[in-house]
Amino acid sequence: MKKMKRDGSFYINPYLGGIMLGLVLFSTYYITGRGLGASGAVKSSVVSAVHTIAPVHAENNKYYSKFLSDDASPMSNWLVFEVIGVLVGGFLSGTLYGRLKFKVEHSPKITSRRRLIAALAGGMLFGIGSQFARGCTSGAALSGMAVLSASGIITMMAIFGSAYLFSWIFKKLWI
Amino acid sequence: MVGPLIPMGVIPEAWNNVIALLLGAGFGFTLEASGFSSSRKIMGTFFGYDFVVLRVFFTAAVTAMTGIIYFDYMGWMDASMLYINPYYVMSAIVGGIIMGLGFALGGFCPGTSFCGVAIGKIDALFFTTGLFLGVFIFSELYPLFDKLYNGQDIGGAKIYDLLGMRQNVFAFLLIIAAVGMFYFAGFVEKKVKKVEY
Repeated sequence: MKKMKRDGSFYINPYLGGIMLGLVLFSTYYITGRGLGASGAVKSSVVSAVHTIAPVHAENNKYYSKFLSDDASPMSNWLVFEVIGVLVGGFLSGTLYGRLKFKVEHSPKITSRRRLIAALAGGMLFGIGSQFARGCTSGAALSGMAVLSASGIITMMAIFGSAYLFSWIFKKLWI
Repeated sequence: MVGPLIPMGVIPEAWNNVIALLLGAGFGFTLEASGFSSSRKIMGTFFGYDFVVLRVFFTAAVTAMTGIIYFDYMGWMDASMLYINPYYVMSAIVGGIIMGLGFALGGFCPGTSFCGVAIGKIDALFFTTGLFLGVFIFSELYPLFDKLYNGQDIGGAKIYDLLGMRQNVFAFLLIIAAVGMFYFAGFVEKKVKKVEY
């Protein structure tokens, strides 16, 4: 086993990481009856923000109104707390392995500015796509695979298959 | 204790958010410790220089799947109570392809971008900002997508039913496929030139 270093270069064994992640996902199903997620928290926040700023507009919009109910605010969503947990957990790991640092990570072939524009565009597309698929890599693909749902496996193949193709088109951004 | 615990009423609903926070922390810790806070490490899977995403993702999926099947078989959990995302055929595929494009441009997915933000990656912060904008754009333009979004609903279908297989057979094949991919990944990694990041 590699010796643990705190200079940011140490990562746990990927199979160990996979088993740990699998146990977290299994525990989530065992305790709550649902899987993990990420994009759902973003959706709840957007619905909540729009509802606060323009309540009439949100109630008239056929999409926001799906997620508005009288008794609970969309922010009091399970996934919002879960994502706060993700930030905490990520921060703890980053602290433990010495990776806390403000930086823009990018290929030496592109500028920071170009990386940031691509990241923003990528995030936007991921946001749009996750609404169509009713979940992202976590909520639709990974959690779906754990229960062998058709939507999970198909979404996983669509994400990774097309990402493989597109990443070669945008190769310069990465290598 | 027969699961799922909260739907069965074993754990009161009031604990829901505390549990969400703890499970989320476990999720975030494992993602970051595995290297998912780095977009260039994540993208290694597509260029063949680092298959960490493939290894972690499929090991996790297979581990959780095996746990669920085993607990259900032993009667420790009623798997029929678990939430299954409904399958809207075209919407899921179109969404997946749009996400794939976003992946290739941004280098993160939502969960991993939160991990990047947690350790100070500015590019991850831009990706996360993009997520909010994307959801907002989708919602505002929703009338245009209504038909695609709600079309071809086949409900919470299981993949093995669609393929006409037994659950255990499919699960077994999936495990074999995962192990096969891990071998293949190790082989490709040796051939591909290392990328420094």
